[in-house]
Amino acid sequence: MTNPARSIDLDATDRQIINALQGGLPICEHPYAVAATELGLQEDELIERLQALLESGALSRFGPMYHAERLGGGLTLAAMQLPDDDFERVNAIVNSFPEVAHNYARDHDFNMWFVLATETPERIGETLAEIEAATGHKVYDMPKSQEFYIGLRLEL
Amino acid sequence: MSSPAPIDDIDRAIIRATQDGLPLVRAPYAAVGEVVGISADEVVTRMTRMLESGVIRRIGAVPNHYALGFRGNGMTVWDVDDAHALDLGRLVGELDFVSHAYLRPRHLPGWPYNLFAMAHGRDRAEVEAKADTIRTLLGPHCRGGEILFSTRILKKTGLRLVA
Repeated sequence: MTNPARSIDLDATDRQIINALQGGLPICEHPYAVAATELGLQEDELIERLQALLESGALSRFGPMYHAERLGGGLTLAAMQLPDDDFERVNAIVNSFPEVAHNYARDHDFNMWFVLATETPERIGETLAEIEAATGHKVYDMPKSQEFYIGLRLEL
Repeated sequence: MSSPAPIDDIDRAIIRATQDGLPLVRAPYAAVGEVVGISADEVVTRMTRMLESGVIRRIGAVPNHYALGFRGNGMTVWDVDDAHALDLGRLVGELDFVSHAYLRPRHLPGWPYNLFAMAHGRDRAEVEAKADTIRTLLGPHCRGGEILFSTRILKKTGLRLVA
């Protein structure tokens, strides 16, 4: 994933679409038509704008967000403390694992943080061990013991 | 840990067909049905069930914060008394600028923090002000905290079914 040097400029309609559609698109035969009506847009315009927002990188994705644990799978947050001169090598290895759903560089001694989402709970431990073996660095497993709130909404 | 909701092979095929996104066509669930080999109605029925059981958290837009100017993506982490951690986590989770809050295990001696709260802002100063609000809320039961700012998104694909 590349990080653009400048922010993507959105017009008022794009902002309105993103603000409204972080919450939920209905599951019905013509969901874009339903959402477009609420936004005061035509169905085709909404579809075209969503396509453009994905292509510009303003949206990472559009669609269902699945909950790994409810699928019977595993989910954890893991962190690594990496020397700067080994960071890119480890980054390439970590990201090559399909179980790594998100990965962020952070400004700290613990400088790499990634989320593992796996199809079985057992696969979490295996993947952590495989990443340690492949990179030669310790992986700190930080599974949640309690979740209080998930409501990611940006007001643009 | 949430208890798993049973899904079958057809549900799994629907998940595989939509994990990169919902088709951007007028009848997206019919398009998913064509890929999976079932009717649009059955896709709608099954996805509605997955939404109700929590297998699907929500259906919608996932903004790329960073690209949209939210450069101050801060993971605030706190070392709070275990005896008060549940109550404090609940309080922090109610703050409207916190997108996720979790209790997680410490890794002593290097990692003393057990409460994590994600805060987003347009710049670091905005996130630092939000962290000050959290620190005040935690009060005397908090022994310390830090903000880990993200400097790069290295990967952001979401859940992938491998099989």
